Amino acid sequence: MVAHAEHIPHRSGLAAFLSRWLLTTNHKEIGSLYLWFAFSMFFVGGALAMGIRLELFMPGIQLIEPAFYNQLVTMHGLIMVFGAVMPAFVGLANWQIPLMIGAPDMALPRLNNFSFWILPFAFGMLLSSFFMEGGAPNFGWTFYAPLSTTYGPDSTDFFIFGVHLMGISSVLGAINIMVTIFNLRTPGMKLMEMPLFVWTWLITAFLLITAIPVLAGAVTMVLTDRHFGTSFFSADGGGDPVMFQHIFWFFGHPEVYIMILPGFGIASQIIPTFARKKLFGYNSMVYATASIAILSYVVWGHHMFTTGMPLAGELFFMFCTMLIAVPTGVKVFNWVATMWRGSMTFETPMLFAIAFVILFTIGGFSGLMLAMVPADFQYHDTYFVVAHFHYVLYPGAIFGTMAAVYYWLPKWSGHMVDEWWGKLHFWTAIVFVNLTFFPMHFSGLAGMPRRIVDYSHQFQDFNLVSSFGAMGLGLTQVLFLFIVIKTIRGGEPATDKVWESAEGLEWTVPSPAPLHTFETPPPWPINETETHEGAA
Amino acid sequence: MTDLNNNSKVYRGAIMLGALAVGMFGFAYALVPLYEVFCELTGLNGKTSGQRVEMLATESNTGREVTIQFLARVGNGMPWEFRPATHQYKVKLGQTSITNYYARNRAAYAVTGQAVPSVSPGHTAEFVNKVECFCFNQQALEAGEEIHMPVKFYISEELPDDVHTVTLSYTMFKAPSHENTSHMAMLSSNRI
Repeated sequence: MVAHAEHIPHRSGLAAFLSRWLLTTNHKEIGSLYLWFAFSMFFVGGALAMGIRLELFMPGIQLIEPAFYNQLVTMHGLIMVFGAVMPAFVGLANWQIPLMIGAPDMALPRLNNFSFWILPFAFGMLLSSFFMEGGAPNFGWTFYAPLSTTYGPDSTDFFIFGVHLMGISSVLGAINIMVTIFNLRTPGMKLMEMPLFVWTWLITAFLLITAIPVLAGAVTMVLTDRHFGTSFFSADGGGDPVMFQHIFWFFGHPEVYIMILPGFGIASQIIPTFARKKLFGYNSMVYATASIAILSYVVWGHHMFTTGMPLAGELFFMFCTMLIAVPTGVKVFNWVATMWRGSMTFETPMLFAIAFVILFTIGGFSGLMLAMVPADFQYHDTYFVVAHFHYVLYPGAIFGTMAAVYYWLPKWSGHMVDEWWGKLHFWTAIVFVNLTFFPMHFSGLAGMPRRIVDYSHQFQDFNLVSSFGAMGLGLTQVLFLFIVIKTIRGGEPATDKVWESAEGLEWTVPSPAPLHTFETPPPWPINETETHEGAA
Repeated sequence: MTDLNNNSKVYRGAIMLGALAVGMFGFAYALVPLYEVFCELTGLNGKTSGQRVEMLATESNTGREVTIQFLARVGNGMPWEFRPATHQYKVKLGQTSITNYYARNRAAYAVTGQAVPSVSPGHTAEFVNKVECFCFNQQALEAGEEIHMPVKFYISEELPDDVHTVTLSYTMFKAPSHENTSHMAMLSSNRI
């Protein structure tokens, strides 16, 4: 497992830059690549969202043609889910998992390079569809048949192959993470001693390996239905369009946990550090994460209550879905119990972690409301659903990622984040995120349908507030970009431990973390008196 | 960390997980027949059995009366006019009844149609028994040709007591072009 990067001959200028980043097999460099890629996709997806919110600023059709609006909604979803949230978490895993388990690198470094470099091609292909005749995919990120089969634009095929590539990338990345965790832990570190970020990622990797191939199967069926005369989803050939929804959501529900479990892990790392207490209920956290993952495979039907499902099916999916609230509740109570009577300080990562706990819980509660069959018939396909999943994704997955960046950036860059700027970012983000998404609960309950370019006049005030909030939220993330660059370029030097009561192997290496760490496995449990032992 | 023992463990693990991923890709396809079997066994999804049933040996006159409704629609791109002769009437459980559907090809060329039935409420599908139905076969109509197609059926006496109305709906799809016809017939015999 010696680093391969060293064998690249020295070149100068652009060639050196390209060969360094194209050929790198170093987990830290690949982690940075993932994070920057996710960041750029976050802005692309965000720009599409700005288009949506500009159009919805007022009722009527102002700026954007209905056909283009559908493309914006579709691509916003696809880019944010597959291009921003997932690569960001994989980037964090690349950087942190080897550091947290005392491994010199990922177990399969060349595979790691390959799984990253697939992504720019996948999303280049997907985004190029905007410039094609007939436009980008316009059927929503869920690509329900027959919208994607019979009625899909020609660019649907680019979408399909884009999803294939992105799926290969995710599965290879997940395999790498899993074998790293199983084989490269420092001698003596038991599974039940791993940091929770590592645990949640282990379970996420399992979900990725089992769920993403089902998505690949679904898009392949759409492809053959479109071009090779099969009839998986068309009734006139003996198929069934409702079956598409079953297959899609069999993937889709585990997918939503793929996008939140690493966030749970991040909160479980940050909150103990700033509450200056051990994490409350470590074991129950692990078991809760595992049970959420298992349950995620038997609840897909709750996306389909209005498809004419029989009562028995509705009841089964409703109760299974509500059951997920139990392990999730365990986690929330554990975080609160960790903070209880702790000596808390409120540095930027802690603020984001606390916002994560509170706002994710709001998203969880609206999820429970949606789980109730009789209520769901009213909420289905309204803005209430939009409010729900943006509350779990924005303050959940995105704030989780931001908390992680604020928490570990001093370790990566060697500079402390300027707290004044960090807090400015936090407080603007928290105001605008609620301004954007909270009114959607009300417009949804009042009956505003989602995915439609126009709306009835009574929803105007809510939409005005949402659009105003969205513009602010977009600007706020430019602030985040500024803060990250500012911190990388300079700032107060970070100590090795960075935070007063941070615990874990990653804090035993110098700041900034050198390219190669833990070439000899560090001692476990950590011996406080000889912290620099493991660093290269 | 470079010792061979550990490396081979890594590769073995990666290959096993890769096999799991390939298996899950296959599982997505396995969901298709699983879904069909599940719907057939439970009668969910309003799918009636594609099998012709024998006429009842003895007809009952004592069964309670329910309302049977008939619906007709055409699939996308199907140039036929297609409607039931009667929209609803009352029928006694266990008593054989005949109704007609009317179809006319409005196109200037021959078109073959395949009707796909659906029963609502879905769980009553297994109680609707068809002795004769145009949906068992494809119908070929020349340009402008019209046809009256019979459906002979009875509703079995086991129909749950709380059901008072059963709706039988047919969607007439344009059968795919000729080279696919045999494939199509095979599919429809399996899945109707």
